[in-house]
Amino acid sequence: MFSYILRRLAVAVPTLLILVVFSFVLMFAAPGGPFNSERPLPPQIMQNIEARYGLDQPYWKQMVDYVVNVVTRFDFGPSFQYRDRSVNDIIRQGFPVTLTYGLWSALVAVIVGVALGVVAAIRQNSWVDYSAVGISIGAQALPNFVMGPILVLVFTLWLGWLPGGGWRGGQWEYVILPVIALSTSYMASIARITRSSMLEVLNSNFIRTAMAKGLPMRRVILRHALKPALLPVLSYLGPAIVGMITGSVVVDVIFSTGGIGQFFVNSAFNRDYAVIMGITILVGALTIGFNLLVDILYAWIDPKIRY
Amino acid sequence: MTLRRTLLSGTAAALVAMAGSAAFAQDMAGPNGEQLAENQTFTYRVLDEFPSIDPNLIEDVEGSAIGRNLFEGLMNQDSEGNVVPGVATGYEVSDDGLTYTFNLRPEAMWSNGEPVTAQDFVYSWQRAADPATASEYQWYMGLMAIENVDAVMAGEMDPSELGVTAVDDHTLEVRLTQALPYFPQMVTHTTTFPVPQSVIEEHGDAWTQPGNMVGNGAYVLEERVPQERIVLTKNENYWDAENVYLDTVTALIINDENQALTRYLAGELDQTDMPAGQFPRLSEEYPTEAISVPNLCTYYYNVNLTDAGLPALQEASVREALSLAIDRDVIVDSVLAGGQVPAFSLTHWATAGFEVPESDVMSMTQEERNARAQELMAEAGYGTDGEPLEIEILYNTSDAHRSVAVAIGQMWQQTLGVTTTLANQEWQTFLTTRGEKQYPGVARAGWCADYNEASSFLDIMQSDSGYNDSGFASEEYDSLMAEARTAEDPLPLYQQAEEIIMAEHPILPIYFYSTVFMLDDTIKGWPLENAQDNWYAKDLYRVAGE
Repeated sequence: MFSYILRRLAVAVPTLLILVVFSFVLMFAAPGGPFNSERPLPPQIMQNIEARYGLDQPYWKQMVDYVVNVVTRFDFGPSFQYRDRSVNDIIRQGFPVTLTYGLWSALVAVIVGVALGVVAAIRQNSWVDYSAVGISIGAQALPNFVMGPILVLVFTLWLGWLPGGGWRGGQWEYVILPVIALSTSYMASIARITRSSMLEVLNSNFIRTAMAKGLPMRRVILRHALKPALLPVLSYLGPAIVGMITGSVVVDVIFSTGGIGQFFVNSAFNRDYAVIMGITILVGALTIGFNLLVDILYAWIDPKIRY
Repeated sequence: MTLRRTLLSGTAAALVAMAGSAAFAQDMAGPNGEQLAENQTFTYRVLDEFPSIDPNLIEDVEGSAIGRNLFEGLMNQDSEGNVVPGVATGYEVSDDGLTYTFNLRPEAMWSNGEPVTAQDFVYSWQRAADPATASEYQWYMGLMAIENVDAVMAGEMDPSELGVTAVDDHTLEVRLTQALPYFPQMVTHTTTFPVPQSVIEEHGDAWTQPGNMVGNGAYVLEERVPQERIVLTKNENYWDAENVYLDTVTALIINDENQALTRYLAGELDQTDMPAGQFPRLSEEYPTEAISVPNLCTYYYNVNLTDAGLPALQEASVREALSLAIDRDVIVDSVLAGGQVPAFSLTHWATAGFEVPESDVMSMTQEERNARAQELMAEAGYGTDGEPLEIEILYNTSDAHRSVAVAIGQMWQQTLGVTTTLANQEWQTFLTTRGEKQYPGVARAGWCADYNEASSFLDIMQSDSGYNDSGFASEEYDSLMAEARTAEDPLPLYQQAEEIIMAEHPILPIYFYSTVFMLDDTIKGWPLENAQDNWYAKDLYRVAGE
């Protein structure tokens, strides 16, 4: 098991490197540049600025310098767009915000989603099932860029219970609406996955045996059925959690939370190369990390899997 | 201000120190004797995180507003955009118009209690022009035509050679290479504001962070959370602090304008921009809060006059026909509906000292314009009965630009039988395509004045201008503009330049911008008559609600 983890980590390094090279190529292939603006700068001024940020160097050299700085000093460079802060500053300030509402959303999505799915499976084809399925389809069909504004309309404008945006260092009343908006569609997916995999497990032989032995239903579900039924949920969770904590751009835009997602999208539009790279590497590393975590959990939950 | 009022407010200020500010605010009167609200805060919405709040580096409108509140330049603008004293109490100009001497007020102080001196301005201007600073607004220093500025910007001369000197602590001398009648207007721009040398040298790039930042404006930086908020509080060391009413100014960064509007309606904001097309509804529902004022920007289409453009568009009569067939009233009244004004020329009508030249086209009805357009098109042999013409309209991705393009496409189709295709590109790609003039038909453009003077518009159509994306080149135009630069009364020259544009149609002007926004009706002092919308928080105050 330990050597498996080591092997996976060893593969992660070239994977990230390929990601860096690929992103660099795409970035330089895109028209425009970080200092292009509506009023084109005189060539002399453009030269001064490009020299300051090393953009006058050949592409390969920019790439090598970048990787060396990241590896040796963990320095992701200065932002081209936000002149008075570095990429490290941006990640340091934005990532905790996204991490906070992302993890809360993951928690809510898993707890509510699994509960809904299990209840629906146990009471298959009853009104409980139909309403659980109905809710989850509805929740999934309602994209968060529609849901967010509706939440603000209802809870801020009409009821006046919660602030319509902002973060204020993560005070609870600022966290609630982003978490609802972000978790709903994940919750819906988890509910549907749980329901169908639970149904499959409930029809399998070992559950029938457990039932035949006369075990109480609650015990059959919690002790025997839940663990195998959650395997598909687990494999879905890896990418889902990365999606949630690396920022739903939509949530950042609608609720003005100051999270990392907003910077990610803006940096692409602004051609803020350093920020694009920094956040890409962060997301890449998280994706690799969470997939590894999911695989380890898999082996722990499913005795059939051994590495 | 009268001496009596100074004394009174001085006494009042002393009382506050003893009695606490809440009780004081209730009794305090505004500049026109209004009863002030206890809550002297102002919260407004900005679209996006500021690229920088360092005056020498500020490059956007919203950053400039922050700059004007944290710092103060030699001159300020009043509520109508006129130049009024700032750190300088006044200035003298030499007879040849090349030397300006500014007299600085001795009571001006930095927020750390140090005096603001002429040397602070010298340092700032040298820093802005210095290639090492790599400011995107370095070009603005070039525009000011200060002695040696081009050589300094090119790195051929040390910044200390720049033509600006501190004669003594309170006298600043600026030497220009050409007389610029609007020079005092130019020093109301944030790029020219003083910056504190000792603080910048101590903290480097981090000098703009809360705790480090020292300014000389009416406010100091209290808090700054990227992409979320920026909070300014009153600077007690500001020389005119006793006439500053608001104690806290907060900008909330809200990307989505519809969200911002909802939050405004929920009372979280005192001011926010209005989403396109909402003005008629909101001005009916909130007549005292929905505001539309002219904004010094012009919306137009570039026509590609280079070899990459369609051959048909090289004919001035075809361009004229296309321009005539645009029913601008429909666009401003139905598509945009926010108080915009139809444009047939480039320079915004509200520009200081400018009058749009008279022209037949403005007095014609749209039916007459359409008839004339059809004649011109028929003569040129294109359109309904001639050679088919297909024009691509290129615009940067946005709902509002698409709506305008769709409307114009239909007008051209119906009136002239010209078909159109729409092409939208993401901003940076769009800038590259248009800048390299690689579009076949017309490309959307919008230009905003950098300073309130007609040349700020007309300069862009000069043959060597970086924003001349039509590829228009007219020697006559260039020489008129060169002459206007030093003319006693440049207005007739500007008007002649406009007439060239209106005859040649290198661009198809569509409308003059307006700014539409919601402003809480307890907030007073907003400079509605300032066409550049340059507002100063020190001039705002909140009156008690009825």
